[in-house]
Amino acid sequence: MEIYQVSVFLENQAGKLSEVTNLLAENGIDLRAINIAESSDYGVLRVITSDSNRAVEILREHGFIVNCTAVLGVSVPDRPGGLAHLLRQLAEEKFDVEYMYSVFGQANGLAYMILRVDNIDTVRAALEKDGIHTADCVELGIK
Amino acid sequence: MSGKYFQPEIECADPAEIKKIQSEKLVKQVRHVWDNVPYYRAKMEAKGVTPDDIHGVEDLYKLPFLSKDDLRESYPYGLMGCSREEVVRIHSTSGTTGKRVIAYYTQEDLDIWSDCTARAIVAAGGDKTDVVQVSYGYGLFTGGFGLNDGSNKVGCMTLPMSSGNTERQLQFMVDLGSTILCCTPSYAAYLGESIKEAGLSDKIHLKAGIFGAEAWSEEMRRDIEKSLGLKAYDIYGLTELTGPGVAYECEAQHGMHINEDHFIAEIIDPDTEEVLPEGTVGELVFTSLDKKGFPMLRYRTHDICVLNREKCSCGRTFIKMAKPMGRSDDMLIIKGVNVFPSQIEAVLLEEGFPANYQIIVDRVNNSDTLEVQVEMTPELFSDNLGKISDVEKQLIGSLKAMLGIYAKVRLVAPKSITRSEGKAVRVIDKRKI
Repeated sequence: MEIYQVSVFLENQAGKLSEVTNLLAENGIDLRAINIAESSDYGVLRVITSDSNRAVEILREHGFIVNCTAVLGVSVPDRPGGLAHLLRQLAEEKFDVEYMYSVFGQANGLAYMILRVDNIDTVRAALEKDGIHTADCVELGIK
Repeated sequence: MSGKYFQPEIECADPAEIKKIQSEKLVKQVRHVWDNVPYYRAKMEAKGVTPDDIHGVEDLYKLPFLSKDDLRESYPYGLMGCSREEVVRIHSTSGTTGKRVIAYYTQEDLDIWSDCTARAIVAAGGDKTDVVQVSYGYGLFTGGFGLNDGSNKVGCMTLPMSSGNTERQLQFMVDLGSTILCCTPSYAAYLGESIKEAGLSDKIHLKAGIFGAEAWSEEMRRDIEKSLGLKAYDIYGLTELTGPGVAYECEAQHGMHINEDHFIAEIIDPDTEEVLPEGTVGELVFTSLDKKGFPMLRYRTHDICVLNREKCSCGRTFIKMAKPMGRSDDMLIIKGVNVFPSQIEAVLLEEGFPANYQIIVDRVNNSDTLEVQVEMTPELFSDNLGKISDVEKQLIGSLKAMLGIYAKVRLVAPKSITRSEGKAVRVIDKRKI
């Protein structure tokens, strides 16, 4: 099943991020990955959580502007050169990656990355063909 | 057509007839003021004018102006035009500019005022079958009582809601089937948002709204009309003259008819005080012809406006004033450029932003800065920072095109700009000039 990223508009203001993480914590939602892009006045928080639908619901209820986007999870061997190999393959195939970030922790000697690409299915197929494993929800403990 | 006008014999009278009425009333009013208001008499004497010099409207230019400074100086009783015993009510301005102004009303003043607001309600399609929800503040502010009394005069079922308590507003609106809403345009916009949020859109029966007491743009009118499903009518007035109802909009929605049997309007150059010909943009000056409690002769409103006497499709012959373009005294001068908040609002709405915004003007290192804070919307949001930044750049570009100067745009979280239940605070000027 597809992995969904939850993005949240945050004003650069003390306590704003903590408000989000508190809401998630209070509702028993676990964070799998987190990334922030910021300008001088505001930021976009992107998170992978154990339950995207619930996270979106709760944050909207509390007045946050939120959207939900499908992203691609990829696992690479957790050793020097693991990520380099993935990026080389993406470059060779000329895929544009808008941004990427890593998932907390690792398992079975694998590290997980989240990629934001425009055409998920094409990229997934190409990577699988190159012998790179793409991850699904279950692997990342997402509902 | 019956029911279209409250007082057709006056509202549709021959302009020459109106001028005759104005002249007769002016001669009497000047005499009344001379006899009863020593403060203004002194101003006339200083200018070398006596009531004998005033034979009609054509002599109006001879009279001295009254300004907000005069009102402050003569506070509290200096401009009262009758004995204390004849006064039955007072109203007072919100005090947004300087000291409070207190205006006095005799019973006759109130009767004339309610005629004026009744004309506005009928022009908006109202009759005794209507349920009028008055959500202007009741109290010292003129909005609540003004529309309330006009609505009573028309015979409408009147809901004296006052402003605020939005949940209750919606409950009455739904349960009693309000058909006409009277409030400030910013509160109307807020009620529209609240109705949408509460999912009540198909339970609302509003057909008309009468919105005034603050500046609003044509874009905001369209937004309000859409969100509340009504036709939005502008109304104009100020406490110094009586309150809302000095001028009112008709079905043409193209300027507000001035109640010329009670008020004379002039347009002057705000700097030279020279009277300008009809059709020229300038500052609006009013003379109240009937007010006895607080008679104003040539009162400078600071509203920048234009008058138009072209024939109106509604059949009324009263001269029309355009929506004021701003105020000569709250117009912002930023880096030497004149900026009207209404211009910024028009750009925001055009670019898909909500009408809720705040303008922060400051001076940093001896240079003026202009910041426009506006709320982010779900439609404009993206997980991609670049796309948000594109939206921001687009808005900065449009503001530059409209204003001629750079405005920093600051996107803020939804609902973080205080919603107003009365007059919106649009501008925060931090400059110490």
